[in-house]
Amino acid sequence: MVDAIAHFSNWATVILMVIGLYVVLARGNLIKKLVGLSIFQTSVYLHYIGPGKIVGGTAPIIAEGFTVYSNPLPHVLILTAIVVGVATLALGLALVVLIHEAYGTIEEDEVLGREDDS
Amino acid sequence: MIAAHLPALQVVIPLLAAPICAMLRRGSHAWAWTMVVSWAMPVIAFAILLQVLEGGTISYWLGSWEPPWGIEYRIDTVNAFVLVLVSVIGAVVMPYARASLEREMPADRQVWYYTMYLLCLAGLLGMAATGDAFNVFVFMEIASLSSYVLIALGRDRRALVAAYQYLIVGTIGATFYVIGVGFLYVMTGTLNIADLAERLPLVENQRPVLIALTFLIVGLSLKLALFPLHFWLPGAYAYAPSVATAFLAASATKVAIYLILRFFFTVFGGSYPLAGLGVPLVWIALSLAAIVLPSITAIYEKDVKRMLALSSVAQIGYITLGIGLLSEAGLTGSIVHLLNHGLMKGALFLLVGGIAYSKGAVTVDRIAGMARRMPLTFAGFVVAGLSMVGVPGTVGFVSKWYLVLAAIERGWWWLAILVVASSVLSLVYMGRLVEASYFRPSAPDSTDDQEMPRSMLASAWVLVAACVYFGLDTDLTVRVAAQAARTLLGTP
Repeated sequence: MVDAIAHFSNWATVILMVIGLYVVLARGNLIKKLVGLSIFQTSVYLHYIGPGKIVGGTAPIIAEGFTVYSNPLPHVLILTAIVVGVATLALGLALVVLIHEAYGTIEEDEVLGREDDS
Repeated sequence: MIAAHLPALQVVIPLLAAPICAMLRRGSHAWAWTMVVSWAMPVIAFAILLQVLEGGTISYWLGSWEPPWGIEYRIDTVNAFVLVLVSVIGAVVMPYARASLEREMPADRQVWYYTMYLLCLAGLLGMAATGDAFNVFVFMEIASLSSYVLIALGRDRRALVAAYQYLIVGTIGATFYVIGVGFLYVMTGTLNIADLAERLPLVENQRPVLIALTFLIVGLSLKLALFPLHFWLPGAYAYAPSVATAFLAASATKVAIYLILRFFFTVFGGSYPLAGLGVPLVWIALSLAAIVLPSITAIYEKDVKRMLALSSVAQIGYITLGIGLLSEAGLTGSIVHLLNHGLMKGALFLLVGGIAYSKGAVTVDRIAGMARRMPLTFAGFVVAGLSMVGVPGTVGFVSKWYLVLAAIERGWWWLAILVVASSVLSLVYMGRLVEASYFRPSAPDSTDDQEMPRSMLASAWVLVAACVYFGLDTDLTVRVAAQAARTLLGTP
């Protein structure tokens, strides 16, 4: 039980991961799929940052009275991943706008249905 | 010394050239600029390959930060070979691009096409050059995001849907990859690939490492379109602009396969823990399914681009099959097929693009009797098609030869027979195209068909000629591929 609480951040990561992936797979609305994708990507940020933090650790600057430091590298990595996530979301939304202009709908089944007509 | 900085230049030049390209307002200027940049790439790649063949592995420290703290570009025979493949295909399709794109998209969009093309090239070359697992992810996303745009620029509205689906699947694949890398980082505290390889044996067989392996395999398999994770590929390749299809089909999936090689063999050290977990058997089973099932679908497919895309999935099956055999002959076959498949599928997609140039969508019915009016296009089709089947004297034969050897080496005669028998499937679907174009009467409305412009034909025929040349003179390709295989297996 104590173990399960101690791994709280891992639980949060996994739950977000599964929610995100489920939304991507289960929703037919193209915007909702992107929302799911974003949640999925966000879980990965936690996956990196969680283990980098040590309880009581400070920023890694050598100073009087501090001996425990958190690892700064995961933050830097995730800063990059966040930028990638934003770019992906922006491009995805731009594509949805174009799909809406071309098909007049953003529901996946309707889009695919109209492809068969043409 | 400029020679010492070639690994960085290989990636930095196209990356910096892309924003400059975006500022050029006219399609022809952007084309000329991209042409110059993309032809500089194979020069650099060959120089790197020569350096590696003569002097062994290159370790380039970006900003002179010592690995594992700084990012290292680590280039051995394997990725030098991949750099050559990507950059050569990237250069050869450029003369083709101009006339083809002028027909397919308005002038203001061409500039964006070339910008995205350069970014995609930079991303793919970066994925191959870097020796840092997280850096791979960054370049993977550069290459992927730009290729979504390349596909969305296709003139059919279905290109948008295909690009969207590819975006969803590609992002899931890349995120799986980065989750896997995260687990490895937590367990070892390093992201440098060479360093990972050293530290992983210390945490051997612990659960997070196995989970990492699982995420990496699934993520990269989505990227390389391993059956049954290939569903995004036919749509994406069928509706993208012709030249983008040829470039992506010949290079993008190949770089993902390179990453699989890198993680299977360099990071996880070949047989550990793959063999113990039964990974190779599952891998071989999926490869065989990839060879057979999409080929059968391809036989019934009416749209020629889609047919070729399905055939790509099958050809990727041959490559992954060689990897699953875990032997020198198998790996040699796989690595040489990376190049060979790039050459022949690049040639075929360029030729189909040439037919689309006058016809729009290309279906089997529409090409009926066209060989008489477009003799050069269809002659190329026959040669590249024979190569796909694996007729001796073409590159397709060379790869299959090594795969069959590897299967016999393991004592798996049934596998050798299956590899040879599966060629019949390619013969059937390629044969359908040849039959329609040469022996059927023409459709009444098609009397004004003519060959594609010379610049396009030249690009396509360079690849067709390479299919034959490297089929006859196998010394260069097989020698490098065999050395790459030995590097991966760690045998001298």
